[in-house]
Amino acid sequence: MTAFVLGLPEHKVRVVAPDVGGGFGSKIYLYAEDVVCTWASKQINRPVKWTADRSESFLSDAHGRDHVTKAELALDKDGNFLAMRVTTTANMGAYLSTFASCIPTILYATLLAGQYTTPAIYAEVTAVFTNTAPVDAYRGAGRPEATYVVERLVETAAREMKMNPAEIRRRNFIKTFPYQTPVALLYDTGNYEATLAEALRVADVAGFQGRKADAARRGKLRGLGYCCYIEACGIAPSNVAGALGARAGLFEAGEVRVHPTGKVTVFTGSHSHGQGHETTFGQVVADRLGIPMEDIDIVHGDTGKILFGMGTYGSRSIAVGGTAIVKAVDKIIAKGKKIAAHLMEAAEADIEFKDGAFVVKGTDKKKAFAEVSLAAYVPHNYPLDKLEPGLNENAFYDPANFTFPAGSHICEVEVDPDTGTVRVVNFTAVDDFGKIINPMIVEGQVHGGLTQGIGQALTEGCHYDKDSGQLVTGSYLDYCIPRADDVPTFRVGTKETPCTHNPLGVKGCGEAGAIGAPAAVMNALTDALGVRDIEMPATPQRIWRACQETKMKKAA
Amino acid sequence: MYSFNYQKVKTVADAAKVLAKDSDAQLLAGGQSLIAAMKLRLAHPSEVVDLGTIKELSGIKADGKAVSIGAMTRHAEVAASAAVKKAIPALASLAGGIGDRMVRNMGTIGGSLANNDPAADYPAAVLALGATVVTNKRKIAADEFFKGMYETALQKGEIITSVSFPVPKRAAYMKFRNPASRYAIVGVFVADFGTGVRVAVTGAGPSVFRVAAMEKALAAKFAPESVASIAVPEKGLNSDLHAKADYRAHLITVMAKRAVEAALK
Repeated sequence: MTAFVLGLPEHKVRVVAPDVGGGFGSKIYLYAEDVVCTWASKQINRPVKWTADRSESFLSDAHGRDHVTKAELALDKDGNFLAMRVTTTANMGAYLSTFASCIPTILYATLLAGQYTTPAIYAEVTAVFTNTAPVDAYRGAGRPEATYVVERLVETAAREMKMNPAEIRRRNFIKTFPYQTPVALLYDTGNYEATLAEALRVADVAGFQGRKADAARRGKLRGLGYCCYIEACGIAPSNVAGALGARAGLFEAGEVRVHPTGKVTVFTGSHSHGQGHETTFGQVVADRLGIPMEDIDIVHGDTGKILFGMGTYGSRSIAVGGTAIVKAVDKIIAKGKKIAAHLMEAAEADIEFKDGAFVVKGTDKKKAFAEVSLAAYVPHNYPLDKLEPGLNENAFYDPANFTFPAGSHICEVEVDPDTGTVRVVNFTAVDDFGKIINPMIVEGQVHGGLTQGIGQALTEGCHYDKDSGQLVTGSYLDYCIPRADDVPTFRVGTKETPCTHNPLGVKGCGEAGAIGAPAAVMNALTDALGVRDIEMPATPQRIWRACQETKMKKAA
Repeated sequence: MYSFNYQKVKTVADAAKVLAKDSDAQLLAGGQSLIAAMKLRLAHPSEVVDLGTIKELSGIKADGKAVSIGAMTRHAEVAASAAVKKAIPALASLAGGIGDRMVRNMGTIGGSLANNDPAADYPAAVLALGATVVTNKRKIAADEFFKGMYETALQKGEIITSVSFPVPKRAAYMKFRNPASRYAIVGVFVADFGTGVRVAVTGAGPSVFRVAAMEKALAAKFAPESVASIAVPEKGLNSDLHAKADYRAHLITVMAKRAVEAALK
């Protein structure tokens, strides 16, 4: 993008970004400093280095999630959803950041069906300029906002209609797939009842009343909150994105270079900054080629080495980046079969690839992967008239659809009304991410996402002083990021309904925790306090004031 | 940070000499406030004088009636000290709750008191226990020491050498933390000497202060109910994004109650 902005010949710009220690969205965008440093180095013909300090980051890194929303849900007397109407004003900040305008539109309004069969949905979004830092995507990007609107409405409806919050959801769950929502998206597959049932079990919802009574004896208030979320990930089919106004393609690229000795280097346009792609992609390739993970190197983050990719965001790396790699691997295997057929003097159709070896069907004649790769680079016994030497393939994969991870979160909180402090005593997340490649990596992603979601609900908020325009939350002394002791030991589980449109059956999992947690926490908190609504972040001061108001209302 | 000269001195007298010579010189104790201020360019001393190796400023002594703590004693040392835990467990506990592990390994009681941050914990202990701040020039009673936000009775060039705490019958400290910085939004130290009770509040106002009404009520009956209905007026209390004055006033009563409950255990 710097090349576009500065008019530099694109092939002369090289971007190197190794593990940058977390991104969550904020590091994607084209910031003025990237352009200015490049321009400056051209002026003086020397390297120019710039490092932001934390204060500068607070002031100028893109912020996230600034919506004011009015939403209504219409139901019949049995609790069936009839229609939803949403109007949102979305802050863009002082000027448009890279993805900014698509977050409260493409990635928000299209998720308002949630897991439900609501037949009619109307959403109107006005994006506005203000005096704040630019607002752009942050882990979840539009889906936490959509989930919050839907799930707070559903929970409030359940309370007003005195219906069980699990039952009102079950009544409205989508049960047949594929399902065309009224808001453009076509869900491929899912099983919402299964994740909810499992979440109810793991969260021990049955025992909640007892725990609530026990807390009351100790002078504390307990509450339970649900959130059944869905998200659109594996961004995105390019033609759909273009039709919706995006100015970029959203394919992904992968190259598999097999070395003569059978070792493999994988070049991916995805970028690993905490997601563990080296492990997950390594596993995928090792599994498909039947070779040890130690024989595989995953390379990312250098435009001088890697083919043109689109990067990591929107939980797209396994679904789109992973599939690109799989398609490149499949090309390797297809070519390998041709080479093996020649080496073993058999017909190509009779060659199978199994457990890391090319086998002539029905015989014990086989060639190991490394034998075939060596032949490709030392093509002495080789069909040179029909086949190029070498074993190096790439693939560009444009996804057929978004993927739709979904799940059920159940949060239990305990409030100390004397001080307003709230503790998340339990958080259960049962998610459907399609096929799970590495459960430990998935759990790590979920834990991180849940922690950020709890942060959004209870502790984090950017605050500008109305009179001076100063960013009051300009350091971690005032901006409260959640820490390990702010969250419980999470209870996580998964249910798998494989994605129907990619070969791995995967859906992606990086953002789910951040998408589901805020609504679950705020549903639990409003339950504990017996109030209809309370603003995020629900700091101790806010909670205490809500308790005081309730006391005064009761006394009156 | 602006550039500065740095030197280590071996005695308090040497430190005093540097201060007398250079009015822009500053003493470095644990650095937990000074270094941060220098990084933000809010402080820019020309000369930084490190007290870290002065032997006469370290050490904890207890003789049954009082506990004396050297000015350069780190919070972690006070928290772990068997002598302090035995004589005034509330003081060890307070020290163990300051900041985080890294802060406690470096921060010192002398530095904390000389700085008098409105949200610091030690001022509450010093005022509630009626401690004496000993300097290289004189002894200052707690009631005279704290003057205002970041302001103490210390004169130019005066250096704290130790703090002497009388041993109470029972005491406790309860702190309500700012969720972000984990500093005290309100911290209440209650000390019962048998002959009287002292209650000191930090975090809520520009500087630590005593609450006479609570002291009187607790002297009559040392029980949580005695303070439950005593409210400190909002006027003059700090207000910020995390806690407006009315919320702080409320928390003072809650923390005082909890401190009394803890002292009774």
